[in-house]
Amino acid sequence: MSSTFAAKFKTRATQLTADLGHRAKIRSALKSYETARDERKAQFQDWQAARSAAAATKWEAINHLDTYLVSFVDQLTARGTKVFWANNGKEACDYVVALAKEKGARSLIKSKSMTSEEIHLNEALRQAGYEVVESDLGEYIVQLRGEAPYHLVFPAMHLTRTEISDLFEQKLHSPPTDSPEELTMIARRQMRMNYLRADIGISGANFGIAETGMISITENEGNARLTTAVPKVHVALMGIEKILPKLSDLALFLPLLATAGAGQQVTCYNSLIGGPRQADEVDGPEEFHVILLDNQRTHLLADAEQRDTLHCIRCGACLNVCPIFRNVGGHTYGTTYQGPIGSVLTPHLRGLTDWNHLSYASSLCGACTETCPVKINLHHHLLHNRRNAVTQKPDLMERLAMRAFAFLTHHPGILNSLARLSRPLMPWVSRAGPLLPPPIKGWLISRDLPPVAARSFRDYWRAR
Amino acid sequence: MNSREAILGRIQEALRVPAAPPSEHNHGHDGGSGRHGPLSGTQGMQAWLPLVPSGADGQLALFQKNCTMLRTELHVVSGQEEARQTLAAVRDAHHWTRAAVHRNELLDAVVPSLQLEMLYTEQRPDAAALETCSVGITACDALVAQTGSILLTARSAGGRSLSVLPPHHVVVARGDQLVPDLPAAFDLLKSRYGFRYPSFTTLITGPSRTGDIERILVLGAHGPKNLTIVLMR
Repeated sequence: MSSTFAAKFKTRATQLTADLGHRAKIRSALKSYETARDERKAQFQDWQAARSAAAATKWEAINHLDTYLVSFVDQLTARGTKVFWANNGKEACDYVVALAKEKGARSLIKSKSMTSEEIHLNEALRQAGYEVVESDLGEYIVQLRGEAPYHLVFPAMHLTRTEISDLFEQKLHSPPTDSPEELTMIARRQMRMNYLRADIGISGANFGIAETGMISITENEGNARLTTAVPKVHVALMGIEKILPKLSDLALFLPLLATAGAGQQVTCYNSLIGGPRQADEVDGPEEFHVILLDNQRTHLLADAEQRDTLHCIRCGACLNVCPIFRNVGGHTYGTTYQGPIGSVLTPHLRGLTDWNHLSYASSLCGACTETCPVKINLHHHLLHNRRNAVTQKPDLMERLAMRAFAFLTHHPGILNSLARLSRPLMPWVSRAGPLLPPPIKGWLISRDLPPVAARSFRDYWRAR
Repeated sequence: MNSREAILGRIQEALRVPAAPPSEHNHGHDGGSGRHGPLSGTQGMQAWLPLVPSGADGQLALFQKNCTMLRTELHVVSGQEEARQTLAAVRDAHHWTRAAVHRNELLDAVVPSLQLEMLYTEQRPDAAALETCSVGITACDALVAQTGSILLTARSAGGRSLSVLPPHHVVVARGDQLVPDLPAAFDLLKSRYGFRYPSFTTLITGPSRTGDIERILVLGAHGPKNLTIVLMR
């Protein structure tokens, strides 16, 4: 049975796959990434061994998550950090809203965090009367448009410079320009005031280091550094699965993330934050809060078969290689996390009944699994979700059809007679395609039925 | 039951069913080790990460190559005198009017001769004052040949803002601060700070950049547009 989410996905996917301009934009945006990624990968002496080591490290972290989380939190609190454990998105949002209230905050600034998108933090703050400004350029652009990020690493990759110039002209009253550099400087000037004004800075975390109690933030623009340096209060929101056991694991994970995610050896800034300003330090926030978010992650953890999905470092590499993502685009998914990882993850975070259709948003080509730097078994998990959906809620029509199919294949005589009878009808089926009932209709909508031979192979063989 | 106990309880419950170690359910190499435990320190990583020459000259050459690629301006100088001359030339080229700096032996030897209005972070200037400086000059913990990076902390480089708020960041370093690779950089952090880590550490690799508009590279997104390293051999 198709949910409304499935129906929406289908409608948008049908529109966008036919939109050649959109496909060209995505292709050209990913072209420089592909070249850079391949060059960077080639710099590794052994990329495959690095992937295996990363998978082993994340396996260790996730399969001993309780121990590592406790160590992470103990180290953080020892340096004066306030840690809040949030069972779900609402608890996390409530915590930030209460903090804003307590601090009498007038202005909040945020650096890129997909986890905050997942729990709709901006929405919660806005409803409580607080304005949050996204400081990452791509996020700022989609925020001005009132849109969700298109891609978990490249939020505005679906927009051209002309569209962005029009947007800035309309919202910021800046003069039109076709220079990406000038557009970047407009945002820079705008954002500078926001950093200085903000009372609270909100960030995500790419990794949480259990050994030393630090969060690690990977970025290129410097907006996360400013967001976590200037305001008096810093709140970091982190999914519980972001844990790495040791500080030195970063020597592998930083280049791995940058190579897979952006085709860079390492990104411009990789910052470790382990507390508020210490007594011997000249600046930094007076308060540092870390929110550890579950929000169904323990539910996924309980699925031993798909537990490795929690290894994800959100590099976006699987989106970039996915033929489905490249055709239907990021917004079509209607999820926080797009592409193959989103298709695997969303049913666990938001329910298999509503989101199982994403298990079919795949050609099962396996490009995602092959590119994943932490070796998540992505395309097999899509199959696991399909199987689980059937076990959870069997589809009667499908079961009936499969029964009939099994019966026919067990009775070749009947199958042959039916085949002989239907042979003259085939040209009509081909012509009437879209008028026929599903699933024949769906199959014929984008495919031509090849002409059927005048007689069957069996007849030919017998008459030989 | 508080949320900490609830979440930890759910984790422990979930982990009662073991998951197959990575090599068993996703065909691939295992790095030849056959182990699935945590990696011990950074051992082994050097065998997979990008190759770094073993000699100091080779490492400096690699660092130079990376800086060029990243558009970091690198000046290798012979000593303090040449460092002062270089800094003065960079000052003139970029028309600095006001510099922000922190107290440090290395900086104290080369910075005062710039004869600029100086703002020391030890005086706890507010962010707005720092923002008006044309340059932030800092020391660092290490330079990384493998990636062309600068490793610094709130303690070694005058806090969090000095190296990111002004539009130009200048790092003054000694030749022996160049380490070969990322594993060595993290080992250095550990041996230097042990369990008294500063609240902030960052690995800076080139001037601030973005590719958020049509994936076209633009320098100086939010952080410094210019990054200069003066390396005294």
